[in-house]
Amino acid sequence: MTLETILQVAAGGLLMGLIYALVAAGLSLIFGLMDVVNFAHGELMMLAMYAVFVIWDASGLDPMLQLPLVAALLFGTGMVIYRGLIARALSVQFNRGMVQIFVTFGLAIFIRGAAQFVWGGDFKSVNATWLAGRSWNFGGVYLPLPQLAASVVCLAAFAGLLLISRTEFGKALEATREDRDAVALIGIDRDRIFALGWGLGAGAVGIAGVMLAGFYYVGPNVGVSFALIAYVTVALGGFGSMLGALVAGLLIGEVEAFTAAVLEPSLKQIGVFAVYLGVLMFRPRGLFGKL
Amino acid sequence: MLRLESLSASYRGLKALQGVSLEVGKGEIVAVVGANGAGKSTLLKSIAGQVAIEGTIMFDGQSLHRMPAHEITRLGVGLVPEGRRLFPRLSVEDNLRLGAYAKRGTADRFKPLELVFSLFPRLQERLSQRAETLSGGEQQMLAIGRALMTQPRLLMLDEPSQGIMPRLVDDILAAVQKIRDLGVTVLLVEQRLAEALEIADRAYVLQTGRIVMSGPAREIAADDAVRRAYLGI
Repeated sequence: MTLETILQVAAGGLLMGLIYALVAAGLSLIFGLMDVVNFAHGELMMLAMYAVFVIWDASGLDPMLQLPLVAALLFGTGMVIYRGLIARALSVQFNRGMVQIFVTFGLAIFIRGAAQFVWGGDFKSVNATWLAGRSWNFGGVYLPLPQLAASVVCLAAFAGLLLISRTEFGKALEATREDRDAVALIGIDRDRIFALGWGLGAGAVGIAGVMLAGFYYVGPNVGVSFALIAYVTVALGGFGSMLGALVAGLLIGEVEAFTAAVLEPSLKQIGVFAVYLGVLMFRPRGLFGKL
Repeated sequence: MLRLESLSASYRGLKALQGVSLEVGKGEIVAVVGANGAGKSTLLKSIAGQVAIEGTIMFDGQSLHRMPAHEITRLGVGLVPEGRRLFPRLSVEDNLRLGAYAKRGTADRFKPLELVFSLFPRLQERLSQRAETLSGGEQQMLAIGRALMTQPRLLMLDEPSQGIMPRLVDDILAAVQKIRDLGVTVLLVEQRLAEALEIADRAYVLQTGRIVMSGPAREIAADDAVRRAYLGI
C-alpha cells in the first residue's frame, strides 16, 4: 500500500468510526444507566433513516434540515418505549433479566417487520441532497462530504452529551446510575430519569441514523449490522463509558477499514469480531469500563 | 406530625412488622430501640415508601400509603438510610447539591448548605472529593447533610452510629440535637441504647416486629427489665 492509500483508508475508517461511536454511545448510555441492553437499538436507527426518507420523499426537505426534527422524534420514541415496555418489564417479579432481553429483542423483530410491511423490503436511498456526490480533496485524500458532515455532526453530538453530563440533570443521571434506589431519598423520580435516559439514547442513535441516511441505503435490516458493531464497540470501550464509546468507535472504524483494504471488503467484519474476541479474552471490562 | 396505626410489613417474605402503632409529635426526638432484626430498619423503610405495608401512616394529616418514595421525600420526610447510600463516584458537593434537585425552580434551594457546613465543617473542607473517599464518620455526616438539603420537616435516621469511631458518634448525635433545635422533628433508630435514649424525648422498644414498651426516654433508660429482656445487655 502506498502512503496515500493508507491515509485514504484511515480517513474512511475515521469517518465511519465516528458514526459507530455515536450509535454505541446511545446503547452504552442506556445500559450504563439501568443495566438494560437494548436489542432494538439498531432498529431505532433504522426508524430514523426511514423518517428521513419519508420526509425527504414527501417534501424534498434536505436531511441536514431534518436533523432536529428526527432527533426529537427519536427522543420521544425512546421515552415511549421506556414508559410503555421497559418500565413494565422491570416491574416483573421473576426472571427479570430474561424478560428484559426478550422485550427489546421482540421489539426489534416487531419494528423490522413493521418497516417491511409499511415500506417494503427493497432498499430506498435519499439522493439528490445538498451534499450528495460532493467531496473535498484534502491533500490527495478524498473526503466525501456526506460522510464528512456525518462525522462532524456525530462529534457535535458527543460534545452535547458531554455538556449534558455536566448539568444538574447530568448529575442526577449519574446518581441514578450509581444507586437507583437511593435517588428517591432526594426526591428524584427515577422513572422519569430512566425515561429521559431512553430518550437521550434513542436521540443519539437517531442523529447517527439521519446522517447515515445521506449516503447509505435505507432498508428494514440496515440496523442489524450497525447494532452488532455497536455491541462490539460498547464492549471494547467499556459498558457505560461515553469516552470509551468514542475511542472504541474510532478504533473499530479503523480496524474495519484496514481489514477491508488488506483482505477484501466483504471480509471487513472479520477484523471487528477478532477485536471483540480479544476484548473478551484479555480485558473483559473494556478500555474505560468501570465494572 | 407522624402517626402509625397497626402497621404491618413484610420484608423478603418475612413478617418484619406486626401491628405497630407509634406517634411522633412536632419538634420531638423519638427513638426506636431494639435488637438486631427487631424490624427497626423496616419501620423507617415503610414510612419512606420503600416496602409494601398494611395499615395507616399519616404525615401531617396526609396518608403516605401507596405514595411513591420520591413523593414522600418531597413532602418533607427525609431518610438517612442504613449503609448511607451516598453516590460514591460523585463529589461531596454534588451529593449535597443533588439533595435540592427536586426543588429546581425555587429560589434559595441551596440555602441549607450553610446549615450543613455549620453542623459539619469537615464537609466543607472535602467538597471536591469523591464521596467514596470519605471516612465512615464523614460519610454519615454527608448522608445527613444530603437529607437536610431536601429540607425535611421530619428527619429519620437509621443507625447513624453504625461503623463510626466512638469519638464521632457523640459529634453526630450532638448534630442531631442541633437539627431538632432548628425545628426539624427527628425519628431515630438505634441499636446503641444509652446514646439514643440520652438525646431522645420519648422512646419505643421494638422486639420481633412488635412494640413492647414505650414512654419517656428517661424511664426506659432506667428500666432494667428493658435492657435484660429485650436488648440482651
